[in-house]
Amino acid sequence: MNNESALLAGGMTMLALATSALVVLPYMQLHDVKPTEGLKPYTAAQLRGREVYIANGCVYCHSQQPRDAAFAPDAKRGWGRATTAGDYYYDKPHLLGTMRTGPDLMNIGVRQPSADWQLGHLYQPRAYVSGSIMPAYPFLFDAKDAPDAGEKAVPLPPGYAPLGKVVVPTAAALDLVAYLQSLNRTGAVLPATKE
Amino acid sequence: MNTVAILLSAFLLSVIALGAFIWSMQKGLFDTSSAAARVIFHDEGAHPEDPASSRGDTGVVDAARTAADQSSAPVVFLFICCAMVWLLVASAAGLTSSIKLHEPDWLASIPWLTFGRIRTIHLNAVAYGWAPMAGLGIAMFLLPRLLKTELVGARWAVLGAAVWNAGLIAGIGSIAAGISDGLEWLEIPWQVDILFVAGGAFVGIPLVLTLVNRKVDHLYVSVWYMGCALFWFPVLFLVANIPGLHFGVEQATMNWWFGHNVLGLFYTPLALASIYYFLPKVIGQPVKSYGLSLLGFWALAFFYGQVGGHHLVGGPVPGWLITLSIVQSMMMLIPVIAFSINQHQTLRGNFHRLIDSPTLRFMTFGGMMYTLSSIQGSFEALRAVNRVTHFTHYTVAHAHLGLYAFVSFAFFGAIYFIVPRITGREWPYRWLIYAHFWLAVGGIGVYFIGLSIGGWLQGKAMLDAAKPFMDSVAVTVPYLKIRSIGGFMMLTSHLCFVANFICVAFGLGPNRNRPAMFHQGNKPAQGA
Repeated sequence: MNNESALLAGGMTMLALATSALVVLPYMQLHDVKPTEGLKPYTAAQLRGREVYIANGCVYCHSQQPRDAAFAPDAKRGWGRATTAGDYYYDKPHLLGTMRTGPDLMNIGVRQPSADWQLGHLYQPRAYVSGSIMPAYPFLFDAKDAPDAGEKAVPLPPGYAPLGKVVVPTAAALDLVAYLQSLNRTGAVLPATKE
Repeated sequence: MNTVAILLSAFLLSVIALGAFIWSMQKGLFDTSSAAARVIFHDEGAHPEDPASSRGDTGVVDAARTAADQSSAPVVFLFICCAMVWLLVASAAGLTSSIKLHEPDWLASIPWLTFGRIRTIHLNAVAYGWAPMAGLGIAMFLLPRLLKTELVGARWAVLGAAVWNAGLIAGIGSIAAGISDGLEWLEIPWQVDILFVAGGAFVGIPLVLTLVNRKVDHLYVSVWYMGCALFWFPVLFLVANIPGLHFGVEQATMNWWFGHNVLGLFYTPLALASIYYFLPKVIGQPVKSYGLSLLGFWALAFFYGQVGGHHLVGGPVPGWLITLSIVQSMMMLIPVIAFSINQHQTLRGNFHRLIDSPTLRFMTFGGMMYTLSSIQGSFEALRAVNRVTHFTHYTVAHAHLGLYAFVSFAFFGAIYFIVPRITGREWPYRWLIYAHFWLAVGGIGVYFIGLSIGGWLQGKAMLDAAKPFMDSVAVTVPYLKIRSIGGFMMLTSHLCFVANFICVAFGLGPNRNRPAMFHQGNKPAQGA
């Protein structure tokens, strides 16, 4: 080969084909997708919580995409029905994830709605799930002698709070839990348009 | 998207491709004569060059080559220095995140050291630090040699490196502080990405100017790979980082179009370009089949770009996209096998040089791991296999086989060749090169085998609905510990590598007038 223009033209054509297939066509196919029934926009607190989820990299261990029952037993684990494009209507950025070092969280708000459980589990996962390898997030909490007015201490299992102190969630922890509680994709999927 | 439209467009595409192929044959673009494969040998005939230090006993003095090396030396040295720093940052961050997976309460109270951030720092330091700095430095060294001209406008590359590294420091700082765009491989905030775009453009200027000023007729295989990679990456990076454009599931397909193409259309071509140059150069034999190189290049350019969807098998993405990506993943066997046959044929009869040449040893190992990781990747894309391995550590092991055992090893080999030529000083400590090689091979071996087994067991446990989820966690823990051992060996190997490099840079250690080759009987390294 002795013509750099032909080389680069060929190379860029190849990339253009790949981009059409993986970016442009999905863009055209999906940009009219409507949110699934009952799906609501995130509230301000939930969106802030989503940012905490992103900042601490939860997505690197938790997927948000239960698979079809024919493919994997996700539904039997209580992770919910297979998701469709409409389930992600309000998700910017997407958090589909590629790892399940921990369980799928697409419906964690349904599976584990308790804020107390979520807060305590974030403070020390091993107080609730023995053998868990999830990081503890003590930096999302304050250890104090007593909660201030308007604050509520996290009801941890005995022995897990620092000696003589109570554990109080920061605003970031409360937002994160608000986001986790909002994760619910159990609404009916509209019949798929014929493809 | 109905099936008929897809079939019709595929048919149309094939007809156009056939037309382009016939046209290019008529124009003689596919010159399969071996003359082009000899272009790297200058006037010296097929003489081995390892290393061709002017004071050494191998290689032939070639004025054009000396001028090419001198023109690129300062800027290549700068890029290699940056690469070394990011290599250490990346390995330390990687080892820390590995340990945290089995010791989750270790350093838990420091936010920037939490697993989700330090793991991301590891990835970004490799993806935007070590790999591009080393790869671009090697390209900057190779292009003048391959085009028989001096590097034009090297100052732009120095500016580019400064801006790029400033961007990377800002980007990693952002991730550590918890500011992230939230997409895997694209975490660095788009505001900071502007620095990468500017820096990358500055680095591109001398490479393009040099290409325009070439004094050779034939473009060697390595130039195809490097030339295209340098144009592919900016497109990938720009499209992926446009704020506000992508949404929901489309963003996910874009995410893996980018994620896989950074590997397939940037690191891989840069590493293959290195192998295609250094391997024949070191043994003094031209690449066996020029036709196979052509096939390998164009097949890679076509198929690799479309495989990204296999990261979303079983996900909420259009079915045709997944199927397309799986098919193209399997088609990747063509360029991979073409490369492997070519590499083996070229090396045949020269395997004994693996014993003495550090460059050849790293390169050959890297090339073999390219074959292995690509074949593994093709089969991993199949639904039956992906069902087990998706979402598990098996994928992580595979990723390291590609980016470490293949790409990084090719870069290590190239750096062992380049540094004596740009500094005028041979590597002072042969034992450090030994230690680097064996610790790195041992480390990635332990890492890959351990984590692949652990990941497979994890996937099997997850598919068994009768087992609680925690079983799939518990089964991986011993293998996660093994991975940390592998990671520790790799970090140690990099310390040896960098220590040796520092000795070269600061003139420490014995001065040699001959290259630090491996095994010369049981004699001490020569020329000390």
